[in-house]
Amino acid sequence: MAQLEILTFPDDRLKQVSTEVEIFDDSLHAFLKDLEETMDEGPPSVGIAAPQVGRFERIVLVDVSIKPKIPNHGRLILINPKIVAEQGQVVGREGCLSVPDFTGNVARAESIELEAKDAHGNTISFSMEGYEARAVQHEMDHLDGLLFLDHLVSRRDLFRRKKYK
Amino acid sequence: MKNWFMLTLIGQDRPGIVAGLTRALFENGCNLGEASMVRLGGMFTIMMMVETESDRTELITLTRPMEASTGIRVHIDEIEGALHSHIEPNYRFTVYGADQAGIVAETTETLARLRLNIINLETDVGGTDENPIYIMHIEGETKAKQEKIERALVELAKRKNIEIRVIPINTLIG
Repeated sequence: MAQLEILTFPDDRLKQVSTEVEIFDDSLHAFLKDLEETMDEGPPSVGIAAPQVGRFERIVLVDVSIKPKIPNHGRLILINPKIVAEQGQVVGREGCLSVPDFTGNVARAESIELEAKDAHGNTISFSMEGYEARAVQHEMDHLDGLLFLDHLVSRRDLFRRKKYK
Repeated sequence: MKNWFMLTLIGQDRPGIVAGLTRALFENGCNLGEASMVRLGGMFTIMMMVETESDRTELITLTRPMEASTGIRVHIDEIEGALHSHIEPNYRFTVYGADQAGIVAETTETLARLRLNIINLETDVGGTDENPIYIMHIEGETKAKQEKIERALVELAKRKNIEIRVIPINTLIG
């Protein structure tokens, strides 16, 4: 196991589009362990994508279960993930391990239907919403060479309206 | 040695203020940091961090031609500030209602009692001369619980007959 170095912007490699995983072998499983260790031992985060550590394959890890009171599916290893349906739009604040000392407001789909492969190449699918859906969309962006900086909205764009009066 | 300065600018709004100022600073070796630039009541305003090896007097000399030709006023202070010292906000507040004296004072006093550190505050006056409405956005950081904040603000909202929304900011780091 090894903790991998996280690429930080403006490293051009973060703009690279990643390729699909085709072989689900021991080398992939070893990498997944390293990726998990990198996420667990590094600064607190709810996800990480393979290109953030310089491996340009369509692999993301998402785990929002450390956040209190947020519906979640636990720790997800998503390989070749695809969003097959999405609904709604909501603005929330994001930061990124690859963009230190900056956070900004980003609009994302509120709920998504997701298909992916697990570590053994089996097809898995999820319906998710809110924070977990945001985390998956944030991580999947990395697979296409995008950062949350590519989706920033201005400070004045409103968050989801909730009335407490 | 380079020092940080805070440059404050106020002038009648027109196209080209930012370009004119920042070109002069760029050509004289200044580096720009964080900035807030906004049109307020027909005036254009700038608060901007400027890093330079020049001293305050040299920086003032740089901006003087612009002041003389356009009536813009520039003020410069040497500051202790530095980059990479962000505080992450964990609440956002939207306040609006019929314009009346005291909205900002009473709201921010309530938030100060909750030990909220304001990181960003913007206000606007909309509506008409006869019926102006006041709109305020605040982002800040406090350890206070949402329920406690809401209790304090509900009382204020009722008393002033204004709308106050509290939105927790749960920043996602991925």
